[in-house]
Amino acid sequence: MNIPTLADLTAKGEQPEILFWVGCAGSFDDRAKRVTLAFVKILNAVGTKFAVLGNEETCTGDPARRAGNEFLFQMQAMNNIQLMNGYGVKKIVTACPHCFNTLKNEYPELGGNYEVIHHATYLQALINEGKIKMQGGGSFKGRKITYHDSCYLGRANNIYEAPREVLQALDADLVEMKRCRTTGLCCGAGGAQMFKEPENGKKDINIARTEEALATGATTIAVACPFCMTMMTDGVKNKEKESAVQVKDLAELVAEANGL
Amino acid sequence: MISSIIFIITLGIAGFFIRKRVIRIQKNIQLGKVDRLDGPNNERWKNMLLVAFGQKKMFKRLTPAFFHFLIYAGFLIINLEVLEFVIDGIAGTHRIFAPFLGGFYNVLMNFFEFLAVAVLVSCIVFLVRRNVLKIDRFQSAEMTRWPRLDANLILTIEIILMMAILTMNASDQLLQTRDSHYVATGPLFFSGFLTSTLQSLNTSTLVFVERFCWWFHIVGILAFTVYITYSKHLHIFFAFINTYRAKLEPKGHINNMPVVTKEVKTMLGLPVEANTTTGEPGRFGAKDINDLTQTQLMAAYSCTECGRCTSECPANQTGKKLSPRKIMMDVRDRMEDVGNSLEKGGPGLSDGKFLLGDYITKEEINACTSCNACVEACPVLINPLEIILELRRYQAMEESSSPQQWNSMFQNIETSFAPWKFPASDRFNWAKMNS
Repeated sequence: MNIPTLADLTAKGEQPEILFWVGCAGSFDDRAKRVTLAFVKILNAVGTKFAVLGNEETCTGDPARRAGNEFLFQMQAMNNIQLMNGYGVKKIVTACPHCFNTLKNEYPELGGNYEVIHHATYLQALINEGKIKMQGGGSFKGRKITYHDSCYLGRANNIYEAPREVLQALDADLVEMKRCRTTGLCCGAGGAQMFKEPENGKKDINIARTEEALATGATTIAVACPFCMTMMTDGVKNKEKESAVQVKDLAELVAEANGL
Repeated sequence: MISSIIFIITLGIAGFFIRKRVIRIQKNIQLGKVDRLDGPNNERWKNMLLVAFGQKKMFKRLTPAFFHFLIYAGFLIINLEVLEFVIDGIAGTHRIFAPFLGGFYNVLMNFFEFLAVAVLVSCIVFLVRRNVLKIDRFQSAEMTRWPRLDANLILTIEIILMMAILTMNASDQLLQTRDSHYVATGPLFFSGFLTSTLQSLNTSTLVFVERFCWWFHIVGILAFTVYITYSKHLHIFFAFINTYRAKLEPKGHINNMPVVTKEVKTMLGLPVEANTTTGEPGRFGAKDINDLTQTQLMAAYSCTECGRCTSECPANQTGKKLSPRKIMMDVRDRMEDVGNSLEKGGPGLSDGKFLLGDYITKEEINACTSCNACVEACPVLINPLEIILELRRYQAMEESSSPQQWNSMFQNIETSFAPWKFPASDRFNWAKMNS
């Protein structure tokens, strides 16, 4: 598979159309790595000229900022901005809503001005432009899918329709949870919660959300965020439903529909 | 003549107390840091018109929105009648607008009566929702005795004030048939139902009833206005300013700290813009109300404790201690405590207490997932999340007392540039997984 780094392209005197920001989860988390690969397959299939930062990429600083460590956030941000500005990066796509939000909304104040796109929007555009042809639905026909809104895509950035349009293009049966879009329930991982145990309570948030997803009768829970992926997958396991219900990222579903 | 003097004195007394409270509240808000409003003003006016004036966000929940709208419309429009009350009170006249407006006065009065009945019914519905149906969001832990009493008092006072108007109009209609001093208003529909119960009273008793209700209504309104300044009901005023001052950036954006930018740039040997040196050192993040901005403090006075935020909060709904409504109530309580202390010549902010620790605990702020559900839910665009993040900044940067797992996460980012403890050199290994 062709996965060029920005350093390689630059050495060859070439410029990519778009930088694929993989993110820490997409780079290190085993489940999220499969999403990263699925997305790379799609990029290759449609012939997008992309590059990744490879080992030069570092955490955007999102969890540090949300946990209150502004110094650490700005150190990360400043280093990433130096790196990307050095390469002359203009356009970024990422499969992580947290990276997306930080790069898009928080880097400009620190000198990093890029056009930042989340992969849900990017996939929707590829479908609309006819660059991805859904092959007649196939295995998706009649498959019940529910979409779990990521807070950092939805409420944080008002992206509610792009992921749904991608799912509709699969010809699947899209069912909504009782709480969706602006009132969608968080998976429990945002605000750096991903990196610590929850405070004492009567329930874990991901269990509450998984119950809502299972109540729809969907056999696939679609997500667009690596943290949501972890939380919902754990929730489904906790409910011992992993043989009947799968948690999939949009990129994986699109890749699957195209036999990639 | 004597009644005019008494009325003017009453107005003066109410004015004195209202002014005193307004100044106190203003000073309390000014304990916060001055913040500049960025972004286009027309966006701000649009927010105010749609969200405060137009109640856009209220209509996400239809039942309370409908009844709240009736009370809101009643409040705005019945105040026109209060203008007549005040002029009558000062000039010693009776229904001074009636001769000028002629037949329209009757239409107006009937409309006011309709609103009065609508307000009355809505307040009863709200009392039932709070005390009989016991809607969840009015029963949370932070809804202790005073917040519950406050809400019930407001609703009850409004019911009594509306009853006074209707009784006054009923007796007035009867008096119109007996005494030429009482200007003909034409038939009034709603108070017409009450006339039969007052019919048997003699004229002097009716005069007393009419006057009593008139005085009761106007003194009641003045007293209520003073009360509002101590109550959660202040939203009727601050909702407008708060929606105007609300954040315009996408909800996911967190305010930058220019002081930190300067230090980080210096550490990395990057050029620092010349005019950023004016930033006073101060605390990093917020430990007390004076570390928050004036907009954030004012937001606490705009909160009417409806609890929509808390009922949407994933942490709260799964039994954690965090409640966004409590965050706003605590900020307000702290402001009031500091303000009252200063008023008595006390230590104010230096009373040994702090917002973080004595009012809001770390367990609460650390439970937040920053999901913005509370921000989305607020009908007046309050942002509890910003305050929670400022408190976390203090915890992380001034005290280094974040939860242990967060400190490890910080360390991982510092040493291996990812929140997990993986060697940075393994970052690109995913590419070798499959080909």
